[in-house]
Amino acid sequence: MADLLLRDVSKSYGQVTVLRDINLDIRRGELIVFVGPSGCGKSTLLRMIAGLERISGGDFLIDGVRMNDVPPAQRGIAMVFQSYALYPHMTVRDNMSFALKLAKRSDAEIRAAVDRVAQILQLTPYLDRLPKALSGGQRQRVAIGRAIVRDPKVYLFDEPLSNLDAALRVATRIEIAQLKEAMPHSTMVYVTHDQVEAMTLASRIVVLAGGGIAQVGSPLELYQRPRSEFVAQFIGSPSMNLLAGTVASTGPQTLVRLDGGGVARVAIPTAEADLGLRVNLGVRPEDLVPTDAPDALFAGEVEITEALGEVTLLYFRRQDQGAAVVAKLPGIHQGLRRSTVRLGADPARLHLFHQGQSLLWR
Amino acid sequence: MNPALQALITITVGVGGCVGYFWLSNLVLDRVLFPARGPQAGRNITRANMIRPWLFLFPALVALAVYLAYPVVATAWLSLHRDAGGAREFAGLDNYARMMAEPKFWESMRNNLLWLVVVPALSTAFGLLAAQLTDRIGWGNLAKSLIFMPMAISFVGASVIWKLIYDARPAGQDQIGILNALYLWAGGDAPQQWLQIPFWNSLFLMAVLVWIQAGFAMVILSAALRAIPEETVEAAILDGANPLQIFFRIKVPQIRGTIVVVWTTITITVLKVFDIVLAMTNGQWETQVLANYMYDKFFRAFDVGVGSAAAMVIMALVTPILVWNVRNARREMQ
Ligand SMILES: Nc1ncnc2c1ncn2[C@@H]1O[C@H](COP(=O)(O)OP(=O)(O)O)[C@@H](O)[C@H]1O
Ligand SMILES: [Mg+2]
Repeated sequence: MADLLLRDVSKSYGQVTVLRDINLDIRRGELIVFVGPSGCGKSTLLRMIAGLERISGGDFLIDGVRMNDVPPAQRGIAMVFQSYALYPHMTVRDNMSFALKLAKRSDAEIRAAVDRVAQILQLTPYLDRLPKALSGGQRQRVAIGRAIVRDPKVYLFDEPLSNLDAALRVATRIEIAQLKEAMPHSTMVYVTHDQVEAMTLASRIVVLAGGGIAQVGSPLELYQRPRSEFVAQFIGSPSMNLLAGTVASTGPQTLVRLDGGGVARVAIPTAEADLGLRVNLGVRPEDLVPTDAPDALFAGEVEITEALGEVTLLYFRRQDQGAAVVAKLPGIHQGLRRSTVRLGADPARLHLFHQGQSLLWR
Repeated sequence: MNPALQALITITVGVGGCVGYFWLSNLVLDRVLFPARGPQAGRNITRANMIRPWLFLFPALVALAVYLAYPVVATAWLSLHRDAGGAREFAGLDNYARMMAEPKFWESMRNNLLWLVVVPALSTAFGLLAAQLTDRIGWGNLAKSLIFMPMAISFVGASVIWKLIYDARPAGQDQIGILNALYLWAGGDAPQQWLQIPFWNSLFLMAVLVWIQAGFAMVILSAALRAIPEETVEAAILDGANPLQIFFRIKVPQIRGTIVVVWTTITITVLKVFDIVLAMTNGQWETQVLANYMYDKFFRAFDVGVGSAAAMVIMALVTPILVWNVRNARREMQ
């Protein structure tokens, strides 16, 4: 139920600057996801919002009120930690009641609030247990329940699912999505290094990299119109293929002659001056389709195939160095190993990057 | 011979003897008794492995038998016999009855109980306080070393130091005892003989042990405090807990097991307290404790029967706490 505003926020530990120039406007009711590789400062940014970490520079506002020096408990936030951080000596009920007890709410009120939340999270049978007698998934739900009970303006999640096994992770992810649905006015900030979590949960994703924000946008925006090679490769799995080449003709569509031999027509307009520009052509594995046309985008020998049933992944040997080119074909394709396959792609699905930046965003 | 040289030789022979024993006995077991070759190799290895623990435990078992088991049995036997012109004759519980009739015994029991309550409580409390505070300041490690240092002083040494603190000079002279100096400075009328004021003097003696044991408590509790997951503290901060609430409702409950271990360990030390009383008051002015009472009876009055009975009482008091302590420590380790 709150707007968060970060203005030129930065963080340094002594001489080391971890984050700089963070500008972000989070509106009430959004579920914002911070993604980025490990160590890029996601947790640090979240902890600054929580008040557990000092803000080295810039301003942080909640609902227009500057929060830099407001103690954590008075910011109206609740946080769910990766390690759950349950109080090991308290029962589930006491864990969930603790904040309300400190706030001197009446016993009846506390009991009602805890019972209601336990009902929602299916924790009622476990209320009298200690955390050590719960499974990982149950502990995580208690941690979430402890946040909900306080009815905060802002929820903060720091990699809440990364300690769970794969199946439980999917189930809990859906639970969190439903939870958000049920509380349309709460603002949530969610940190993860897992781009699937980001894509499925977020109303907007903030990609953090190199101490700053690489791009902010809705999941599909990041998928369809990545601003940089970094974002393009970070979102989507397997990650986008990059093929070096030169702009051969310009206009409403651009023709790129690839160093590997192929040519590609890209639905990105370029100006006369771009002729001869060195670019990287970006194409997602799922956008590559087998073709018989003479001017294929890529042709190569299949080195490895991975048959997943719903899709088949083809890994191609590459003449120049760089990550293997990957194609994702729908359905089952057998016997392609060691054969040569020619691939093309829809011009509208291709991306062009010059010096790491997308030509779309110039 | 130079004493330093003597010490050096003793150390060399002692340590060398220990190492030699383990090495040689192991060699004999593996090469001579059950060699791992020939048709019986497999069986020999199994047998050697069954015997090896006993071989290595043997010196410790002998030491325990000679210095622990035998004295316990002998003391128990002595406490049930009386001296009959050089020989010993069975006396039943006579020695115990005589002991119980002595006011000095009950004074010792009373004082021991007081020690038992005050010293572990204060040592643990101060230790916990010091652990929490020194963890939060820049020169905490220096402070910790200073607080821990008394652990390195013998009880008698500590007693001598504290005797100076409680020292009293005739009125009019400069007081070298800091307590009297402070007392006079604060407006006291005349220098006090602190160690001769019944009841309070017991507390003054306890201060010595608290001073020593607080360092021990601090070190153990400080390690326990550091092992508390930082996130639980952060979660409590977000839940709105103030520093006192975090300490008493989040941190202390999480190290409760360690606190109990520290408490009981100090309790056992307290039950055996002897040197401090011996060196400072020798049990006069109503400060007697059981261990010093036993020493008095056994080695000063040569009343072997009552002395042994007192020893048995001390053992009876220590044993249950010891068992409990070991149990707790084991549970902590899991
Ligand atoms: N207390 C600290 N002192 C110095 N550097 C720190 C400290 N905490 C975190 N960092 C650094 O800040 C960077 C970001 O850390 P973090 O926010 O935890 O990354 P992540 O995105 O994986 O959550 C890391 O490079 C880390 O080494
Ligand atoms: Mg992190």
